[in-house]
Amino acid sequence: MPFVNWLKRNLVVIAGLLTLAYLLLPNIIVTVFSFNKPKGRFNYEWQQFSLDAWKDPCGVSDLCGSLSVSLQIAFWATLGATLLGTLIAFALVRYRFRARGAVNSLIFLPMAMPEVVMAASLLTLFLNMGAQLGFWTILIAHIMFCLSFVVTAVKARVMSMDPKLEEAARDLYAGPFQTFVRVTLPIAAPGIAAGAMLAFALSFDDFIITNFNAGSTVTFPMFVWGSAQRGTPVQINVIGTAMFVVAVLFVLASMAVGHRRNRQKA
Amino acid sequence: MSTLTEAPPPLAPQAPEPKPPKRRGHWTPYWLLLPGILWLLVFFALPMIYQASTSVQTGSLEEGYKVTWHFATYWDALSEYWPQFVRSVLYAGTATILCLLLGYPLAYLIAFRAGRWRNLIMILVIAPFFTSFLIRTLAWKTILADGGPLVGALDTLHVLDVTNWLGWTAGDRVLATPLAVVCGLTYNFLPFMILPLYTSLERIDGRLHEAAGDLYARPWTTFRKVTFPLSMPGVVSGTLLTFIPAAGDYVNADLLGSTDTRMVGNVIQTQFLRVLDYPTAAALSFILMAAILLMVTLYIRRSGTEDLV
Repeated sequence: MPFVNWLKRNLVVIAGLLTLAYLLLPNIIVTVFSFNKPKGRFNYEWQQFSLDAWKDPCGVSDLCGSLSVSLQIAFWATLGATLLGTLIAFALVRYRFRARGAVNSLIFLPMAMPEVVMAASLLTLFLNMGAQLGFWTILIAHIMFCLSFVVTAVKARVMSMDPKLEEAARDLYAGPFQTFVRVTLPIAAPGIAAGAMLAFALSFDDFIITNFNAGSTVTFPMFVWGSAQRGTPVQINVIGTAMFVVAVLFVLASMAVGHRRNRQKA
Repeated sequence: MSTLTEAPPPLAPQAPEPKPPKRRGHWTPYWLLLPGILWLLVFFALPMIYQASTSVQTGSLEEGYKVTWHFATYWDALSEYWPQFVRSVLYAGTATILCLLLGYPLAYLIAFRAGRWRNLIMILVIAPFFTSFLIRTLAWKTILADGGPLVGALDTLHVLDVTNWLGWTAGDRVLATPLAVVCGLTYNFLPFMILPLYTSLERIDGRLHEAAGDLYARPWTTFRKVTFPLSMPGVVSGTLLTFIPAAGDYVNADLLGSTDTRMVGNVIQTQFLRVLDYPTAAALSFILMAAILLMVTLYIRRSGTEDLV
């Protein structure tokens, strides 16, 4: 039974590829339905091929506005969380100090907390302080929950770094600042970049915490949520497809750059 | 790509931390920590305290709330909404087990069998993150639509008879049933299972597999005695990373479910944003938090990876 044997040997591969199909199926549906021309307000049933939505992605009122709000928040949240998180990561890996355990727990807890709990408690704080809900409260919340993820990403990279490299730099008469900029930072850069990318993706995609603390500000996920009740324009699928394609291209490009660099080194 | 694959699973209890070098500046670490920790204290820890105080307040929106140490709110909330709590644990638990069963082969495939396809598959696992998860969850409405090809096939294969009997589906529809919600939860949190599994599998020395083979272990025995135990850190962090957010999620239950599939997240959201009953909502989210912290602690104790925190 050669077929049964082949099946047995490749069982893991087949199961893995089926899981991959499960992961990608919604993306395929989103892409296909971006070329649909629905009859009603909802884009759940295939009717007719059309390029209308692709020609006019901003044709729905408020859609591109919400997209721009989301991008702005994601940008500032990434900047803030990466900066604060990198500092914490360096302090945790490079120094021994009291309260190290407490700091580690404070970093861990936001990741071990269901989002809805954090969202609700932040809203309680803002209501008690009488803060105006909107752009700023969303940004504050996003920096808060992205922070821990950045710390973990940067920490992993800095921890695997050979301290001898910095010693060598000092032996070669580099000052502390020079050592940091020319040796430490470049080595930590991939970790910082990974943390920043994670923060951007998390912030851009966040719905639960934003839903509680947005007031009347509408981010892109909030717009999608609203549209699930009012009727989903095809343009949402267009944006979803475009984001997927851009992400894949971006990663492929950064891989190509990495390859070239490795080859130059070799 | 390397930047992405190197991103560690946030909860991974892997390599023990090396001891940091002896202290240099006395105050330097505190200055480095100050801004970030202050942020977490003010916008993470302080809100929890406010939440705790809100949960023991009584009053009304018009007259204002006062702290009256009214602990009965907890009891009332629990006795009214215990079905939603049970459902949350049940759905999230099922989704976590499904994620493990589905995610393990894929993580294994990427770590050991993918060869030059490894990076491409990795991209395909991560890239969906960039299409908003709400859009992707809405796509499940199309996939599971009443009378759609998938539901038709399940019906023809008499799968629906079985799931109807189990109470997972109702009649000839999948949407608005527990099955749809669990399917959505599994889908949404699957990458959080795959990434830590992959990270811990990838660290396993391939020579161990060879050694097991040399000692006449069959592939399945090798997996059971060598690979799986060594991937335990990934299993633990993966299950936590899927279970915790799944238990608090209300998006899947809202978009794919019905009023019969409401989870505790849905209740908290409704109480907070629509009913504006803040004490009940605060008590509910405190109970959820406590339950999850308790379960996580017990689970970590049992699986013997206490260096997690």
